[in-house]
Amino acid sequence: MRKFFDRHPFWSVIIFVVVAFFIWMVFAVWPEWLKDLIGRKKVFLNAVFNGITLGGLYFLVASGFTLIFGLMRNVNLAHGSLFLLGGYIGYWITSSTGYWLLAFPVAFIIVGALGVLLQIFVFRRMEGDDLKQTLVTIGISIVMADLMLWGVGGDFYNITPPQWLSGPVETFFVTGVKRSSGELIFMKYPIVRLVMFAAAVAIGVAMWVLLNKTQVGMLIRAGVDDREMLSATGARIQLVFVGVFAFGAGLAGLAGVVGGTFQTIAPGEDIRFLLASLVVVIVGGMGSITGAAIGALIIGLAEQIGSVYFPTYAVVLTFLIMVVVLAFRPQGLMGKTG
Amino acid sequence: MYKHLLATTSLVAMLGASAAYADGHSKPLKIGVLATLEGTYTVLGEDGVRGLRTALKGAGNKAGDRDIELIIQSTDASPDSAVRGARKLVEQDKVDFVIGPLSGSEGIALRDYAKTQPQTTIINGISGAQETTFVDPAPNFFRFNTDGAQWGVGLGQYVFEKKGWKTVATVAEDYSFAYTNFLGFAHGYCKAGGKIVERQWVPLGTKDFGSIIASLPDDVDAIYLGLGGGDAVNFLNQYQQAGGDANLIGGSIMVDGTVLSAKGDAKKALIGTPSSGPQADTWDNPKWQAYVKAYQDAFPPDQRFPSPSLLATGYYNATSAAIQCLNQVKGDLSDGHKAFRGCLSSLELDAPNGKIKLDGNRQAVGSNFVTEVVEKSDGTLANDMVAMVEGVTQTLGDDEAEFRKLGLPSRDIVKCD
Repeated sequence: MRKFFDRHPFWSVIIFVVVAFFIWMVFAVWPEWLKDLIGRKKVFLNAVFNGITLGGLYFLVASGFTLIFGLMRNVNLAHGSLFLLGGYIGYWITSSTGYWLLAFPVAFIIVGALGVLLQIFVFRRMEGDDLKQTLVTIGISIVMADLMLWGVGGDFYNITPPQWLSGPVETFFVTGVKRSSGELIFMKYPIVRLVMFAAAVAIGVAMWVLLNKTQVGMLIRAGVDDREMLSATGARIQLVFVGVFAFGAGLAGLAGVVGGTFQTIAPGEDIRFLLASLVVVIVGGMGSITGAAIGALIIGLAEQIGSVYFPTYAVVLTFLIMVVVLAFRPQGLMGKTG
Repeated sequence: MYKHLLATTSLVAMLGASAAYADGHSKPLKIGVLATLEGTYTVLGEDGVRGLRTALKGAGNKAGDRDIELIIQSTDASPDSAVRGARKLVEQDKVDFVIGPLSGSEGIALRDYAKTQPQTTIINGISGAQETTFVDPAPNFFRFNTDGAQWGVGLGQYVFEKKGWKTVATVAEDYSFAYTNFLGFAHGYCKAGGKIVERQWVPLGTKDFGSIIASLPDDVDAIYLGLGGGDAVNFLNQYQQAGGDANLIGGSIMVDGTVLSAKGDAKKALIGTPSSGPQADTWDNPKWQAYVKAYQDAFPPDQRFPSPSLLATGYYNATSAAIQCLNQVKGDLSDGHKAFRGCLSSLELDAPNGKIKLDGNRQAVGSNFVTEVVEKSDGTLANDMVAMVEGVTQTLGDDEAEFRKLGLPSRDIVKCD
């Protein structure tokens, strides 16, 4: 932090001012001129919250994707299908047992197990052959999409969260002042989205701890840096590969349950989320968990703020960000060069 | 990225093999079908195909003494996928004629494609953009369903007068059908004296409506929703989570069977929502009831909706019209479809959702229904009929010159704020 300030005093000040202004916008009661300029505070605050929570969902999908890529240099284009499968499993578990929470471990385990099979029977056979892997995973995703369409049909599945998670909750963010009584109006926000976001943060933190503070994490990080050298030291790298692939796939399945709860699950969602996680990891930097978190946050915020303030071009904004990042920092915000 | 090329090609089994005829047209008739069997409108396309199959089943898979062979081509609601699909059907499979497409912009694209293929005939499935037949129509493109604007007729007056909702805000998808459908509502609503204070247009395929829901004004009487398919379900789901409780008004595909039978509880937010469209699920007309029964009998309960959606009805009517005219010309299309097209132009179709005839642009003039969503005793949701308007023309009852002056459907037509 200190170093950054010493090197870029000008930019530091600008960033500081922008952040301060943003924080003020979130907490202050807006004056009239700002309301005239960009509309009601409720709208702005909701867009920010939605962007952050959507970013949480994107992070869950993209972190598995980036983890797999980082370790195995393996672009798994069937990742979206794993997400969709997780969503369907989640719907099935929730509607048949009535326990929404049970959907998460079950989806994680089943989809993770599928990941193990994929790693053992597909990827291990074509290690290091990027093009082959890419083509094979495209093929797998098409087959899986059709199998799922055949199995569950094209209906829209929406996982119903339990009663205590439905409806809005009052937060402590002020959106305005009542004209008549001068009372403060607080923002109401869907509780399910807040819980999902908290879960995404918890998973993110757990992953960071696992990667940076444990022996397994050390193995994985060493594998990311130099696979050959790690296997030469006698580490059982294939076992690490299987474990990471299972974990990444399981995360996609978990994200499917989250996605099915605050959006819907239907054919086509697989491609949408694959595309979203590709954009997220390109912006954040391939192979970096922190990068995935930052990328997911940026893309989520861009989508939501865009959809409110310039709806026609909201879709373009996401890709514009990707283009800018690729132009000025092709390795991604947190990516390593080389 | 890449696209799923899911081309569902199916052959209808030729049961009860008929003896071969000596003359030239004893070969099976090849009918190409375009339906959205992928993407956000998948379920809608599937039900369209069910409607078509119901009609074929009713005719014993025969028309004009010829067996019928179906080639079904999937599209994804985008115009280029529709043209690609039509190309394959017409130029590669050499079908006799095409039934489809389903979605608004697809219809406009196929009108233009039809002009390049004068030897074939296209009978619209259920696409409802106004321009398809209103602007520069193709001589070989026939539409037996009323368009999106016609589907809005009656709703504006109903919510203004009967419900007493004087101001509305709107959220609708940003493409031709939603504009057209909205125009039908706005035309009547503005005329009745209502005010449309805010319009939000969202891209087709929007999944996260959180911010849009938050920005809905809370000082209006009702909110008009012009969404469809997965977008509609997503909106309702998130609307409930956000604790929304405003009065809702539904566009025609917002409250359609495809949304009313989605899995999960989100759709319950729609109970009591007024809407309008070319059919009412609970209409007691015997012809309608017979059609509903035919649809229910044609498919096992887990492979269909409780009752046919308007998409099924659209494809059903298009197919019925084709079969009737094929019977009339005895299956003979060898005159370059001349007699066949003549028959289609002058046909008065006694459809389950009211009598339909075509105007000079080969566009349907038919009935429209104002409905309200009710929960039936078995827990399913349905559109209950509250009013019916007969003989709705494409100009919504206005003089044509006056109607054209309004402008083509777009974001700001009709204005009354």
